[in-house]
Order: sequence, then structure tokens, then C-alpha cells
Amino acid sequence: MVAKYQQLKIGMIQFPGSNCDWDLIDAYQRHFGITVQVIWHQETDLPKLDGLLIPGGFSFGDFLRSGCLAAHSNIMASVKTYAKKGGAILGICNGFQVLTESHLLPGALIQNDCGTFVCRGLSLSPCEGDSGYHKLISDKDSLSIPVAHADGRYVIFGDERKKLLDQGQVLFSYEDNPNGSVDSIAGVVSENGRIVGMMPHPERATDLLMGSSEDGRIILKAFLESCF
Amino acid sequence: MKDIKFTVDAIKKTSRAVEVDENNSTIFQELLKINRLSLEEYKLLKSIMNRAPTFAELGVFSSMWSEHCSYKSSIKHLKRFPTTGEHVVVGPGENAGVVRLSGKLCAAFKMESHNHPSYIEPYQGAATGVGGILRDVFCMGARPIANLNCLHFGSKKHPRTPYLFPQVVKGVGDYGNCMGIPTVGGRLMFDDTYNGNCLVNAMSVGLIHEDRIFKGYASGVGNYVVYVGSATGRDGIHGASMASDSFDSSANEERSAVQVGDPFTEKLLMEATLEVLEKDLVVGLQDMGAAGLTSSSFEMASRANNGLFIDLNKVPTRTSGMTANELMLSESQERMLMVVEPSKWSAIEKVFKHWDLAYAIIGEVTETSRVQAVYNNKLEIDIPVGPITDSAPRYDRPMEFKTPLNDPKFDQVVVDTVNEQGLSTVLNKAIELTGDKEKLYEQYDRHVGAKTVLSSEQEGAAVQWLRSEWSDPSEPNLGMVVATGVQPAYCVNDPKEGAAHSMLKAVRMVVAAGGTPLAATDCLNYGNPEVPEIMGQFSAGVDGISETCRQLDVPIVSGNVSLYNETDGSSIDPTPMMGVVGKIKDVSWASPAIVSEESELFLVSGVNTKPSFGASLVSGILGFEKTRGQIPIIDWQAERQAMSAMVQLSQHVLAARDVASGGVLVCAIKMGLANGFGLTLDAQLGVLNLLGERSASYLIAVKSESVKTVEEISGTFDQLSLTRLGRYTTDGEFGFEGLVMSLDDAKSLNRGLCYFN
Repeated sequence: MVAKYQQLKIGMIQFPGSNCDWDLIDAYQRHFGITVQVIWHQETDLPKLDGLLIPGGFSFGDFLRSGCLAAHSNIMASVKTYAKKGGAILGICNGFQVLTESHLLPGALIQNDCGTFVCRGLSLSPCEGDSGYHKLISDKDSLSIPVAHADGRYVIFGDERKKLLDQGQVLFSYEDNPNGSVDSIAGVVSENGRIVGMMPHPERATDLLMGSSEDGRIILKAFLESCF
Repeated sequence: MKDIKFTVDAIKKTSRAVEVDENNSTIFQELLKINRLSLEEYKLLKSIMNRAPTFAELGVFSSMWSEHCSYKSSIKHLKRFPTTGEHVVVGPGENAGVVRLSGKLCAAFKMESHNHPSYIEPYQGAATGVGGILRDVFCMGARPIANLNCLHFGSKKHPRTPYLFPQVVKGVGDYGNCMGIPTVGGRLMFDDTYNGNCLVNAMSVGLIHEDRIFKGYASGVGNYVVYVGSATGRDGIHGASMASDSFDSSANEERSAVQVGDPFTEKLLMEATLEVLEKDLVVGLQDMGAAGLTSSSFEMASRANNGLFIDLNKVPTRTSGMTANELMLSESQERMLMVVEPSKWSAIEKVFKHWDLAYAIIGEVTETSRVQAVYNNKLEIDIPVGPITDSAPRYDRPMEFKTPLNDPKFDQVVVDTVNEQGLSTVLNKAIELTGDKEKLYEQYDRHVGAKTVLSSEQEGAAVQWLRSEWSDPSEPNLGMVVATGVQPAYCVNDPKEGAAHSMLKAVRMVVAAGGTPLAATDCLNYGNPEVPEIMGQFSAGVDGISETCRQLDVPIVSGNVSLYNETDGSSIDPTPMMGVVGKIKDVSWASPAIVSEESELFLVSGVNTKPSFGASLVSGILGFEKTRGQIPIIDWQAERQAMSAMVQLSQHVLAARDVASGGVLVCAIKMGLANGFGLTLDAQLGVLNLLGERSASYLIAVKSESVKTVEEISGTFDQLSLTRLGRYTTDGEFGFEGLVMSLDDAKSLNRGLCYFN
């Protein structure tokens, strides 16, 4: 099983201010035997990859808007080309914010309705959909994965919202909405099912020893499955 | 680098900047006042200089000899701390202390205060407090993995508290969150004594390889002095000397002495610093913290017995027209001073460019043993390094000691009063005062770094799973256990024993989680040292902590002193904050301080341990003075046995916590409350046993199948007793002394602490 994943070439964009990068590298190394290739934001070309990660953190200090400056950094033109060709991308937390700011995923992420940063272990309900991610989590009633963010309130309105819901692009929703997200949305999938953005941190829920669950591993694995 | 050489040679041709005019007495007095120097100190500095100082030099002395930088009132006492031990790798005197955890894996840690700035400008004051302590840790080459903090505010009814509290919390949170360092523990207290001086103490712990510990030396004559990080502005000028003075009601006017933080730049600076250290590109490095360029240059030169030449025109600035004095004293944040061999310049420059940091060569190491700084073609600073550090004033300030009042009838008075007012009434208030801090801790990222096993949400010590290749390979699940503790009320009652209890509080939290304490750091927050009673409190506090260090073999490896926590003549209660770092062999054994399953509740306690009410939570609720009555008597043998017992028991218990404020009953209720477990106590224990506070006592929750093992283990300790108290259930209520409190009522009382009406 692990051998199957080891042949994958997985890259990760690193921005100044990324701070969940090493957690993600560590999780893929320990649980899947994958050495993630780090790509600095100033590069202009992506190497040949099977899948691309965008980690959490505070890229460029989240100045202006979370993820906004990162969305305009050098590497993002290649990332957009890669996405257009159907490349697999997983953006976590700040990575999700970068994906919405880059319009690779619909909607936007704004300040939590409580006005403060929220770090909390919580439960996610899998939603209906056809993507590979949906299939892998469909047998779970609930996933236990923590969040930690100040700007995690997912907003989407009107036709865009209707389309997102109708096409089964919501991956999971919060059982107890921590930030005021529309429809309690915690993670979404692109129309082609290849790009996922989520506010919860799967890389922090990979080991029972960390005091949480191992549900994060399911997400990390679903990403790898989407890379084939 | 011809440019610099030229300037060094030019020193001889440079004329000195204007010196202080002592003859104009009005201006001279004002100058001393601004620089917070006494006339005696001025005379001393003049004897070192053999001439009147320039304005910039006066500023240098003001900062270097400030209480904050020189420890002039406290150093005599601090020397009494035990600072060595089997696990100690680096003791006090460096940027942070270092203790060995396993194999070559070490923890570098320190605690620091940012009280004065936080009272004036709470958001920036608290944020830069976190930034400062992080730099102390990573400038040794350690990667920070845990932040903790201790926040003490005035009464919730004091008009400034509802402003200070959320701003300080946001400042602490924003900085650590953006840096990606989890804030895993903390303490929070509201008390009248902090109405005019809030306390913001921050602790950081980093991991480091024993053979790669870096110290700040300016070695190698001819090496470059390099400035890296944020550009210098006018913020934080005279911060060090401000932190060494009392407040009066006009404190708000000192806002410009508070620094402004930028965690994003600090994150870049941290990555760049760790990278240049890893690649062996620097000879020496020191963060520009208190007194900025002044203290970093003098400290580095002093350690290497060298001199430094600095061209202040080369310092990157964010504003124009700054004076030499301002450049030397600015406490702009996120800056490092490095000493670099010329041959490594291009390699180090590449790192700085990668991380997009401002940098400049601002001078070089000289053999003059003087720090010399030129600015706009004037020699502004020319001070011998040795004398300014060696001859810094040391004060043996007069002390006064008060004998604690040990009213032997006090415990009975409290029991009678509780019975008069009703146990439920008192208990309600106790739960409220020790209430849930989740609203606060939720604003801190506790999980970034993916090492956190237990943190503030489990209400006990923080436990982190280290997974380091440097540790002993036979300990793959090795963990670090960290906690902070303080008992200000006990210190009012008895400054020595209270300080011992403060350290014991942190030790017991580490122990309750199943950790073995290894070393400690301190942040000694006291009032005005020029008041003999306060100086007496401080000295007694040092003695109490030293005694604890010796008795438990847990030495002090780093620390910080914050004096002059005084407003309008009123000093704070002694608040010696202690941070303790320990280890646990396997994090899967770590015990949270809250129960998560139905279980039996036991009390592990010293056989001679007696509960008491002196300076307790309950006597405070009832309005008794903190000085009446006896605080818990410490039985060192029982403490030591309890420490080993809890480590052995940790594998077999579901949850554990030390018996602290509010005694057995309050702690037992809180142990169930978080996860919705009620508790029924077996027997009538009486008010003193239920609410009295104690030494060497722990509550443990044990699953039925483990009871026998727990009994066997505790049976091997002759100074300990194990008593079954009751059972945690999902029945939704707490039952004790024939009374019942519903879980929902307890929850709603518990929830109020962090909210303001």
C-alpha cells in the first residue's frame, strides 16, 4: 500500500510565513513514506508533480487579506496552469485561503464571526458528492480534526452557492460551526474534484499519541489517491 | 568593505560629539532624571570615562545600568540559586538556559516579563513580550516548540481590566500564532493587587542539539558586525529604563517607550537565524532586545574581551533624522546583531536575501576593548567595555522581614464561617473564581508543530511528543512536560514559603501529568526594591525557591527579574512566576487533568499532610486577610515520594491533578466538569478536608480495573497515603456532604471567568 504511494512526486509551495509546512512534510514522511519536495514561492516553474500541497500558516504575514499576497507570488502562475491541466491540489487553512484568493476554488474566507482566532478540536460531517475525497470519507459518520484560524469563515452566495451545493462540491461541514461559515462549510472540492481546500488541519490529527484522532490521515490519503 | 576600514581609521580624526554640561544645573538635573541615573551613578560613570559623557553615552549608561539590564538590586540575591545539576547543560547568564532531555536532545528555555509595556500599550506590549522571549531561545540555535504565559490583571471590576485583558490576550495570541509556535499553557489571575500593574510573563521552550548550542561572542578582530532584521525606528526608546521605574498615574504618556511587534518579520528572522547557525556562517550573535543595539553590542564585546566599532550611519532606519542616542537605544523589534567572518559574507548574504530581510554591515570587531560609534562624522560613543559591565552599580538594599502571623485558631474560624454562610455559597464562588479559561486559550494555536499531546484545554501541564532524531533511540515516544506556577497570596502570608509553593505548584503540575521535572526558570515580579519590606520579600523569595531547587534537585537555569511593579506608591503582591521543564519517557502515559470516562477518585497525599486555610482561595472569598493563618506546611520527603509515585502511577491513571486552590473539592469538581462528569463523594469529609489547601497532594481518577495496581504502587511509599474519595459518573451531578450541585449549574458558574459584565 505504502509502496504504491512512494512513487508519487508530491510538491509543497512554501511562502514566507508558511508555518504548517514541516508538520505536513513530517506527516507524509511518517505515514506514507513520501518525501515532499519543497518549492519556494519565488520559483517561476513547478517541477513535474503528481500532486501539490499548499500548507497552513500566515503567508506574507496575511497582510492585506489572508492568502492575498501569496496568491500573487511568482509561483502561482504555474500553479494555475497546473490546475487547469487537472492537477491535484490540497490547500489547508492558509492554503485554502490562497486557493480562494487565486480563484482556483469558489467563495472567500473572511474573519471569523466571533472576531477572534479559534483553535478547537471539532467534528466534521461528510457531505454528499462524487469526488474521490467524498468516496473515501463516505463511510465515516464524522471526522475529528482540529481547526486554528482567525479568517476561516467561508462565504459564498447566490448562484455560486447553489452551484456548489447542487454539484456536491462541499466536502464536509462543521457539526458545531466555529466561525460563521455559510452552511457550516469546512472544506470544498473543485468542479473537477481535483482541488480541495479545507480549514481544518488533517496533519494535526494523524496520531492517537497527539491526543486527537487519526482521521486526518484519511484526508492525507485521499489527496494521494487523487494524484494517480 | 573598504568603506568600513576607512571609517575605523577615521575614528582618530573624528571629533567627539558634544559632552554633557554639568554646570548648567537645571538641564543637568533634567538629563539625569530622563536617563534615570542617580548623581552617584553619574559620578561613577565619569570616573570610568575620565571625562563628561556625550548625550549618547549617557543614554548607554542609563540603559546598561538600568535595573532591567544590570539586575543591580537583585544580583546579590540571585547568586544564591542552585544552578547546576546532572541535566544542566547551560545555566544562567546566557540568553536561555539549557537542560538535557535525552541523548543529545536538549531544551533551551527562559521566562521573561513585559509588565510595564503591557500596562501602557497592552496589545503591542504583550506581543513584543512573546517576540522577545522567542528571540532569546532561537538566538541560541534552538527551534522554539512551546510558548507559555502567565497573565495577572487587576480586579475584573477595575475600569482598566476589561481593556487590558482582551488586548493582552490578542497580543500574545497573534504573535505566537503567526510565528507558528504553539501556546500550550498559561495561567490567568484577576486580583486587586494588579490594578495598577498588570503582569505579562512569557516563557518559551525550544529544542536544540547539545553540541550545537550557540553563545553570543564578538570574536575575531576584523570580523564584520552585521545588522539583520527590521529597520530601526523610534519605538521603545528607553524601554529598559522605563521597565526599571515605578508608575504614576501619567503612565499613559510613556506609550512611545513601547515597542511595536511584527511577528511575520520575526518568523523570517527566526528561519534565517536558524539557517545561518545550522550552516555555521556566524561567529557570534545576539538579539537586540532591551536597550537594543547598546546592550547587544556591549554584551557580545564583553564576552569576547574585544571591542566593536559601529558606524551608525549604516544602520537601516525606518525614519529619518534619528539621533545617535535614539539609534543606540531604540528597541525596535525583530533585529539581530551578528559577527561574521568576511569569507562567509557572500554565503550569509544569500540567506538574508532568501528570507527577504533588511541587513547591513554596520561595523567590525576591534582589539580596542571599547565600543566606539560614529555618526555623521562625530564620535558619539567611546566607552571601555569591561568597566561598564564590571563596574555596574550593585546595591545591597536594606531589607525588612515580617514574621508571618500564625493564628492557630484561624482554620477553625474559616470552617465556622463557611458553615455560617453555607458550603454551597462558598463553593459557587470558588468555582467561579477558578473558572474555565477556554475562551482565552482558544485564541492561541495550541497544535501547530504537530507535537501537542496535552495543552491548556486539558487544564494541566503541557505535554509534547518530541520525535527528535537527537534523543535516545530507545525512547521513540519521548515527551517534554512543561508547566508554570505561582502562589501570590501565599507569598503575602510568607514570602519565603510562598515562593517555595510557587515553584512547587509548577513542579506538581509536571508531576501530575507523569513528568519528571528537570530544571526551572523564573520571572520574579516584585514591587519597589527601594522599599525595605519589598526587598525583604524578594530576598526571602529567592531563599524559598533555592530551598525547593535543592530539596527536589531541580536547578534554576535561566530567569528574569521585574521590579518596580508599583503604582502611586503601592507595590504588587510578590509574584515569583516559575516555569518547570520535565520529561516523560512515553507520551502515551501522560495524564490529563480532566477525566474522560467513569472512574474512581483517589487522593494521594503525604501521611503527615494537613489541610489549612491561610491565604487560601476560600479565606479570600470570605474576606479574610492573606496574612492570617498558616499556609500549607511543606513536607519535603512526602513531596519527593509523591513525585516518584506519580511518575509510576501515570501509566495506570486516567487523569491526575495536584490539589491546589480551593482544595480537594474544588479541584475534584473541575476534574470532572470539562468533559461533563459528575462526582459522588463517599464520605463526609468536613469543610477543612474539602476546601483546605495542602502540600504533596494529588487527585487521581482510576478505572476500576486499575485500582489494584494503583494501590500496590502507592503502598510502596511509606510517606504517602492513598484514600478513595468517590466516583465520577455520567449522572450529571456532584454530591458531597449531603448536598447536590447539578452539572449544569457548575458549568454555568465555571464559564464566567473570562467574561465582563
